[in-house]
Amino acid sequence: MNKPFAITLDVGTSLANKTGSWRVERPVYVDRLPPCNDACPAGENVQRWLYHCEEGAYEQAWRELVEDNPLPAVMGRVCYHPCETACNRGKLDEAVGINAVERFLGDQAIEHGWSFDSGPAPSGRRVLVVGAGPAGLSAAYHLRRLGHSVAIYEAGDLPGGMMRFGIPKYRLPRDVLDAEIERILTLGVELQLGRNVTDVPEAMRAGGFDAVFLAVGAQLGKRAYLPAGDSARILDALSLLHSMEGVEAPSLGRRVVVYGGGDTAMDAARTARRLGATDAVVVYRRTRERMPAHDEEVEEAAEEGVLMKWLSTIVEVGDGRIVLEQMELDEHGFPQPTGRFEELDADCLILALGQESDLSLLAGMPEVIVADGAVQVGPDLMTGRSGVFAGGDVLPAERTVTTAVGNGKKAARAIDAWLRGDALKAQDRHELAGFELLNTWYYADAPRTERPHLELARRMSSFDEVVRGLDETNAMFEARRCLSCGNCFECDNCFGVCPDNAVVKLGSGSRYRFDYDYCKGCGICVAECPCGAILMEPERV
Amino acid sequence: MTTTQKVKFYQVGSFAVGNRLLEADQRTVQSDASRSNSLTSGHRACQGCGEALGARYVLDAAMRATAGKLVAVNATGCLEVFTTPYPETSWQLPWLHSLFGNAAAVATGVAAALEAQNRSDIRVIAQAGDGGTVDIGFGCLSGMFERNDDVLFVCYDNEAYMNTGVQRSGATPPAARTATTEAVGPDPGNLFGQGKDLPVLAMAHGICYVATATVADLHDLESKVERAMAFRGARYLHVLVPCPLGWGSAPADTIRVARLAQETGLFPVFEAEHGAVTAASAIRHRVPVEDYLRLQGRFGHLFDGSGAVARPDIVGRLQQLADRNIDRYHLLEGGAS
Repeated sequence: MNKPFAITLDVGTSLANKTGSWRVERPVYVDRLPPCNDACPAGENVQRWLYHCEEGAYEQAWRELVEDNPLPAVMGRVCYHPCETACNRGKLDEAVGINAVERFLGDQAIEHGWSFDSGPAPSGRRVLVVGAGPAGLSAAYHLRRLGHSVAIYEAGDLPGGMMRFGIPKYRLPRDVLDAEIERILTLGVELQLGRNVTDVPEAMRAGGFDAVFLAVGAQLGKRAYLPAGDSARILDALSLLHSMEGVEAPSLGRRVVVYGGGDTAMDAARTARRLGATDAVVVYRRTRERMPAHDEEVEEAAEEGVLMKWLSTIVEVGDGRIVLEQMELDEHGFPQPTGRFEELDADCLILALGQESDLSLLAGMPEVIVADGAVQVGPDLMTGRSGVFAGGDVLPAERTVTTAVGNGKKAARAIDAWLRGDALKAQDRHELAGFELLNTWYYADAPRTERPHLELARRMSSFDEVVRGLDETNAMFEARRCLSCGNCFECDNCFGVCPDNAVVKLGSGSRYRFDYDYCKGCGICVAECPCGAILMEPERV
Repeated sequence: MTTTQKVKFYQVGSFAVGNRLLEADQRTVQSDASRSNSLTSGHRACQGCGEALGARYVLDAAMRATAGKLVAVNATGCLEVFTTPYPETSWQLPWLHSLFGNAAAVATGVAAALEAQNRSDIRVIAQAGDGGTVDIGFGCLSGMFERNDDVLFVCYDNEAYMNTGVQRSGATPPAARTATTEAVGPDPGNLFGQGKDLPVLAMAHGICYVATATVADLHDLESKVERAMAFRGARYLHVLVPCPLGWGSAPADTIRVARLAQETGLFPVFEAEHGAVTAASAIRHRVPVEDYLRLQGRFGHLFDGSGAVARPDIVGRLQQLADRNIDRYHLLEGGAS
């Protein structure tokens, strides 16, 4: 061989030197649970549908969303978005406007007429759902997509439950609600209105049902004993909101007092303002901080001129006036009477003291246990009677539309498993992607896009929707504010920052893999991954 | 910076290596699966080597800018030693090594030879560590500058002679401990008031392009290489490359340390044309110098066991240096001179 002077070996590449043997720790790609997904009562994969949104693939995003929640346009209006409270971006600048993007997707679906994928081949099993509220509709949707035949028996004359009879139009326009319910029914769900179930076993026998999901909600307003004169006008908040769906609006008078501190109290007071009340006063026995109503409801009510009277109870209702007693909080945070009284002019008192379920349909099933007005169920939402499941507001849990939708999904999976003779398997949860796992330097600062609100004058004079939606440009902007916590979004950082070229890029959608022949285990990729999707683990010896 | 990418995507910012939402030709060179990998795997640099990273960033960007018509001349130093233990090489481009101090002179010769052959389409890069640039190679480099030879000289600055066992260089910062500036006595570590500011010295030669960069801001680094290759004549690029071994920092922290060097103001990132500063990279989130110092064993004598500042006087003087850079280069406004 012809070699230059003093050269004995051919030039070779350093690829022959497998530096991976130096390694004592190895990086591995992981998927961690984003806080938004973790916090969602409906179990949505928020990060995943935002990911599609970022590319403008709105239909794909919507399809990902409705895997868990069939009511995105409703949810994007009425959900109190615990996802945004949990959002890691809130620690950086402001939380991603997840709820606003969800509404945008829901509205796009209605506008473009996107329909659900139909389920697998019919299973031949029949499931009865009692109640066409959010829990019942969600269960029916998921059961149908699992191949079961579903009928909903609804006692009322319209479907929607509390979404229609508890949430005012200015928060949830009825055409939106109707469109999303219609889309579920189009899947082949049978809906029977005006069908009051009083004997569950008999209804199941008569209809040939294999299982039943009870989601009758909580429509009875709680009562409080108040000494009242004969002419005192006392209304229940739920009856008021329900009657708003009728032809004629009730007359409340000019001065309206609402008793209670929950979202329903706010809705009742805001409805009163729209019906022409000049004074709408919410009386609550504790303080603002201890009020169960959600912040945005309280803020919007205050904007609309609703007044709040904290630390007050009503002790007497007379003709045109109400007697209040001032309270003070004791060391445990409970309100205690002070003996100081004041009077308030009022044409009408509305009680918003919480709701109860009408559980008379359980009369023939002693195995179904009821405690403190709530149905007792196991982790799979099955009651004490085999094949009878329950969810939504009849359970002792937070009573929101989102929780009900989540219950419906969970019940559908449990019923499906039960029909197949399996136990419902708890799904593995990934490790939470906490803020400390992120490298936020890589994210540009970007303030949140707020949804516009209807001008105040029109809010006082109409039931038009208060909160407007995002348009395509700002919805995409908002989606792109997502940090993709714990889930690779293919930013190429690991591929770029490796000093040993030991990261292999697998192409769009396929992410990356490590080349352990050369990875020295320095950990730069872990430190520089913006979203915390790489984990360092000890090398196997 | 006229060539810096200004596209804003808020999820990935403009700051990550790649971005699936951008067209391929708008992404960085490093995000390209078919990048040239001028410095390939199997090299013997330490875990988390900033210099290996910096060299690949610079050369891959220059390879793209010159359509692969590139020759590199290397001074002696870590970069030469860890890439070319006989008979292996990690270089995937034409590459020459001669002596420690003469990389600039050899590059001048390569450029002259190419010109003589009418091959001025082939471009020349000379590269060296801080020792081969600011100390041993400075005479040759200054000559290359004043003759305005058509060479881009790149200094990978890790602030000491790492290959031979971490001895002080003219680029070692004050108070840093090295093998020859031990952390003893009333003024531990390297002395204040010594050393050279090579980017400023390069500017003093009036050459067409001088820039600084770090391995922490890839977009900025690549845009500067691309800009440098658009000029003919002598050019100088000074890249800060943290050294886990010599700095006593964790290998995983290499990019973080480089980022903090910029975000504190201790290492000003700017560019200059014909002797005048034209642009400086703004500090996005300003941090005190102790956040940078605390990550590095070479400054460990400034802190006590719990991580609290033990020598506020020295940390204060380093903070003054950072503040002076921030004033001089207007690093908070993000704008030029």
